[in-house]
Amino acid sequence: MTRYIIRRLLQFIPVILISTLIVYALVFAIPGDPIRALAGDRPMSDAVRETLREQYNLDDPFLIQYFKYIWGIVTALDFGSTFNGRPVTDIIQQRLPVTATLALVTLVIQTLMGIIAGILAALYRDRFFDRFVQVSTVAMVALPTLVIGFLLQLIFGLNLGWFPIAGVNNGVSSYILPALTMAAVSTGILARLVRSELLDSLKSDYVRTATAKGMKRSRVITRHGLRNSLIPAVTFIGADLASMLGGSIIVETIFNLPGLGQQVFASIQGQEGTVVVGIVTLFVLFFVVINLIVDLLYGLLDPRIRYE
Amino acid sequence: MPAPVLSYKDIRVSFATEFGDVDAVKGVSFEVMPGEVVAVVGESGSGKSVTSSTAMGLLPESASVQGEVLLEGRNVLKMSTAELRRLRGSDISMVFQEPMTALNPVLRVSDQLVEALQVHEVAFGGKALEKSIELLERVGIPEARTKIRQYPHQFSGGQRQRIVIAMAIACGPKVIIADEPTTALDVTVQAEILDLLRELKQELNTGILLITHNMGVVADMADRVVVMLNGEVVETGPVAKILGHPEHPYTRRLLAAMPLLREAGDPSLEREQEQERVRVTERAARETSHRAAAGMSSGAASPAPAALEAKDVALEYKFRRKATRVVHDLNFTVQPGEIMGLVGESGSGKSTVAKAVLGLLDVAEGELRVRGENMPALPSKQKKALKREIGVVFQDPAASLDPRFPIGDIITEPMVVHKEGDKDSRMARARELLDAVRLPSSVLNRYPHELSGGQRQRISIARALTLNPTLLIADEPTSALDVSVQAAVLELFSELQQHYGFACLFVSHDLAVVDSLAHKVLVMQNGRTVEQGTTDQVLRHAKESYTQQLLAAAPVPNPETQARRRTERQRLLAALG
Repeated sequence: MTRYIIRRLLQFIPVILISTLIVYALVFAIPGDPIRALAGDRPMSDAVRETLREQYNLDDPFLIQYFKYIWGIVTALDFGSTFNGRPVTDIIQQRLPVTATLALVTLVIQTLMGIIAGILAALYRDRFFDRFVQVSTVAMVALPTLVIGFLLQLIFGLNLGWFPIAGVNNGVSSYILPALTMAAVSTGILARLVRSELLDSLKSDYVRTATAKGMKRSRVITRHGLRNSLIPAVTFIGADLASMLGGSIIVETIFNLPGLGQQVFASIQGQEGTVVVGIVTLFVLFFVVINLIVDLLYGLLDPRIRYE
Repeated sequence: MPAPVLSYKDIRVSFATEFGDVDAVKGVSFEVMPGEVVAVVGESGSGKSVTSSTAMGLLPESASVQGEVLLEGRNVLKMSTAELRRLRGSDISMVFQEPMTALNPVLRVSDQLVEALQVHEVAFGGKALEKSIELLERVGIPEARTKIRQYPHQFSGGQRQRIVIAMAIACGPKVIIADEPTTALDVTVQAEILDLLRELKQELNTGILLITHNMGVVADMADRVVVMLNGEVVETGPVAKILGHPEHPYTRRLLAAMPLLREAGDPSLEREQEQERVRVTERAARETSHRAAAGMSSGAASPAPAALEAKDVALEYKFRRKATRVVHDLNFTVQPGEIMGLVGESGSGKSTVAKAVLGLLDVAEGELRVRGENMPALPSKQKKALKREIGVVFQDPAASLDPRFPIGDIITEPMVVHKEGDKDSRMARARELLDAVRLPSSVLNRYPHELSGGQRQRISIARALTLNPTLLIADEPTSALDVSVQAAVLELFSELQQHYGFACLFVSHDLAVVDSLAHKVLVMQNGRTVEQGTTDQVLRHAKESYTQQLLAAAPVPNPETQARRRTERQRLLAALG
């Protein structure tokens, strides 16, 4: 087990190196001069521009730039700084809590709603609730995130006034509408996944054995049916949690949340490579860690899975 | 006269399907007395499982049941869900066919046993755990106290079935319904499980409703027999009468279809041995004339090459660069036109050998010669050419035929692969083969799912013969079939073999099937050869104790003989310690 985890952690190194290289290359490939973009409409003397370019290694060839960047991280934990001189670590520290809260609230909402809806749909198969779940999940998946976000803002924010529609000044309640927006698609997929897995599992021999023991149907389902059908759900939730960071770019913009997503978007526009790479690397790291956790969870859910 | 513990009265079951109602059971009545074993026999679709499950209320919602099922006088069919639940597992319990899937893979055995006791408030907590350990000890699980903490996958198939039985007897049931309890098990394990059920029955005076298709199991266990066909009872009576003097033609057919493991002195053997002598002499004569024609002195080297020859073969599976050797020092020869039965229990490596001959597994050591050429060492082009000489029939015809291929394409595909013939000649060959396996050529454009299991296996055989192979690999070709279908397929197989004269490696766990077909037999255990020789030598004059155990464990469909064989087996096992 420990050996397995160590081996997986070592695998992180090439994954992170390659992904940062790709992101770095993409930012590098954006046409235009970041320093000029920084100056905007104001005039900037050539001397200033040259100094700035040198300071940010912008005149070096691409691979040298990348190497200097990685070298800075490895030797001095220096993740670089923005063109305004703010360290990237500073920005991440400031903005991470917003995105993390958003992701967490989303995770809770979609896991609870998805699994419960899936179970109920399986139990009341072909009845009204099942049909309702089937239809509404198609609608959720079909509607663009943007539309769902605006609808939620209109109904629960403006008309009913239950939740704030933008900003982060109202504690957790500020996150409810953005989280619902982010969770919409995945809740639908998760509900369908749990429904079909549970139906399969209810047909299995061991569920029949449990029924033949004289157990109550509710006990049979919770104790014997559900646990076996949760493995695919865990896979999905893991993959989805990782992709949430991508989703946060749109949602944080709609709801004006000062999180990492919003920052990445701004930094791409400003061609601030170091910031983009810094944040994306964090995303990638998060992604691989989640994957490892999911794999370890398999072992907990299913004793037949062993790690070496 | 004691009252029956379980009685079915005029049971009718129909299933609602999208094509209207289908009657599965049409008025079935029989009784089970306390301490009695009633065997319900019949082939798939006879309604034997459906009938018996009505007593547990385990049928799907689409089923509607009429009639009465009385458990100690109370009608189960009239009970509420709650009443039925109290009954299940306490008064009546079940042992299922598939021990591999009957236990929940993610819960410890202790949890699953304790749960059975707690549901019916027999015992709780620590007491329930103690009782569970006792139950495991009772059904013969060694080191029950530590093993009970393990998960189902850490037990063998036979042990899992023992655990299922422990669960079934946990609350002291009046009746146990055992639905094909040994069908998925090896023959030696089957004998042990049947012994266990017999002991428990005597100890607890439980009635057992035994559902099976195996007449040997019936002879071994049953007091009375109910024969079912298409949802109706065709014959019922004491076991000696049904197996000894069956009246209904279907019962007779069923018994006649059972392949027999013959004992020494069986009259049919002499005739067969005579034929075998003729066959061997003829072959020797052919070889001599062959050699003479080739201008060689007889006695000099280079006889006609064997169809298949294994020389010190070792096989292994590789997983993450770690090799596990599963077959060791295998040596055998299959002469042209000869059938060799490869016999063993699960895990013996017999299917692995078949895989290696088909080139699906690399040979780790030794030589595997097909018509004298060491196939694994050949360059890929010659290897492919040599593979033309090998046909294959797999166990499950439903899984080994592509469901999206029409039958004609299935049969001609080997010709397409080896770029042989054109469209017309391929179709002509397909017609010829369909004729040989006695199917009408109208099935050419049909799909596998439109055919029955037996018909599908005929298609598999036809496909194996497409390129007129000199060697056929048959891996349990009839294990998935009903007895009567198996008999027909085996007969066909035997005829085809004589007609086409191919050599055959016949992999099987069923000694009786091998006895009816093979010229010689090789017995494997844990990847090693235990014994090999002519069928008569191995199956009737076995030298090795493992072969003797295998033979002793195979039940025969005659209650008296089987009772004698049972005592003999127990004596043999006792002698072996």
